[in-house]
Amino acid sequence: MSTELIIATVLGGLTIGSALMVVLSHHPVRSVLYLIVTFFLITANYVLMNAQFIAIVNIIVYAGAIMVLFLFVLMLLNLSKEDEPRSSLFMKVAAALAGGVLFLVLFAALKDAAIFAPQLATPHDESMGLVKNLGHLLFTKYVLPFEISSILFIAAMVGAVLLAKRDKQIIE
Amino acid sequence: MLEKIILIVALFSVTLLIATYLTLAERKVAAWLQDRIGPDRAGPWGLLQPLADAGKMFFKEDFIPTNADKWLFIIGPGIAMFTALLTGSVIPWGPDLEVFGTTVELQVANVDVGILFIMGIVSIGVYGIMIGGWASNNKFSLFGAIRASSQMISYELAMGISIITIVMMSGSLNLRDIVEDQHGFNWYVWKQPLCFIVFFVCAMAECNRAPFDLPECESELIGGYHTEYGSMKLGFYLFAEYINMFISCAVISAVFFGGYNFPGMDNFSGNTLAVLGTLVFFGKTFFFIFVFMWIRWTLPRFRYDQLMHLGWKKLIPIALVNMLVTGVVIAALSGWFSGEKPKTAEPMQTKVKTEQPDKRLSMNTNTH
Repeated sequence: MSTELIIATVLGGLTIGSALMVVLSHHPVRSVLYLIVTFFLITANYVLMNAQFIAIVNIIVYAGAIMVLFLFVLMLLNLSKEDEPRSSLFMKVAAALAGGVLFLVLFAALKDAAIFAPQLATPHDESMGLVKNLGHLLFTKYVLPFEISSILFIAAMVGAVLLAKRDKQIIE
Repeated sequence: MLEKIILIVALFSVTLLIATYLTLAERKVAAWLQDRIGPDRAGPWGLLQPLADAGKMFFKEDFIPTNADKWLFIIGPGIAMFTALLTGSVIPWGPDLEVFGTTVELQVANVDVGILFIMGIVSIGVYGIMIGGWASNNKFSLFGAIRASSQMISYELAMGISIITIVMMSGSLNLRDIVEDQHGFNWYVWKQPLCFIVFFVCAMAECNRAPFDLPECESELIGGYHTEYGSMKLGFYLFAEYINMFISCAVISAVFFGGYNFPGMDNFSGNTLAVLGTLVFFGKTFFFIFVFMWIRWTLPRFRYDQLMHLGWKKLIPIALVNMLVTGVVIAALSGWFSGEKPKTAEPMQTKVKTEQPDKRLSMNTNTH
């Protein structure tokens, strides 16, 4: 086993472990904290693949902004274990079904993927994940999906502002 | 390897030393601005005062409230300190130094995405405050934590946009490239004054300094997020704030004021230049620290809605318009509007290289 493989295995195990703790821990705030840890471990995986830009953007966007908002809302609600609503049997079955369907989709998507990643066999290109190559690809080959997803984001943002502003508020 | 270890230890101790003496400097500056003398009992000019403070902090009882979440209460100050100390690793502190024939880069890690690394660390810095404030199980602490997080999220946006403008100017995310690009007196602040002002205000807000110190505003929230903290845990929070201030000032002087570049630097070379450049860099940093303190002891605190108003409705639009204008000017200068073929920054030779990840991607997501 090469060092890289050992590190990748340990990291992968830790990532899955902390992702499981998100689901298993009872306290909502702790779940979110485990989710943050998971994001950091995913970032470590990206770094291992030499995708620096994706790694740091993952930290800035997910760990740094979205999770802060999650934590923000949960802290405001101040949920504790006692007043957590007990879910009924119907809810549990529905949740299991929904999760199962998602698992099926994931499984179907990954069914044909090679278990041993093919990129390890090819000579490792050090500069592959760097900003320059990524940007070049985003603005040439994938320019249409890139622009469409940005338009989607803007639409979502405008929608959110509209929802928040529906009742006319007087702040000053 | 050895020189990196020496550099890391040196950076660590210099940062801690500077943060220690910033506490004294703050009180001295405050005293000066308010026409007082300030601390002068411990040692000559009060120079031993930080040691006395640290001794007091260490020997106080380490107290954890009964209803607090014990582990998170301990982790909070740790995260604050950790993130504060981490940022200095990507800042280029000076030109290359020659020691015994080997070239030593005065930068712990020359990361390709240096400036984004700083943004990332800054954005996780808020967790120290949030976790500490929530774990204390105290209303005032929680309010402080919530204020801190919404303030930091809001000001990060404007800060990021102003950073993008600078990145567009320099064409690189690497901090050393950005600094090298400002050789001599060719600093970015002359070309981007508006961007500098936005960044400066945001940096002050990110450091939770007055007039943006709403998270620990004592007239409303007792001590804000660290109300329940005592002993060296409180010391960590206060210390992290000073380290953050030092690092933000270093980033401001690196990105906008040329870092270790100074007019007339071409007359020097080799180690003389390295030492002079480093001194100049620290000089600029200390100047901005002084400005931070000056502002703190001059301006009153914002009201919370004014703070949000300034962040979202003033700074972000200014930064966006500034970015747009900069983009148009850069495009015009590189001949996009003159009818000729645009001069792309990236020649086509990388095409072969960029085909590879694409192939890999389709291999992994092969569904047929």
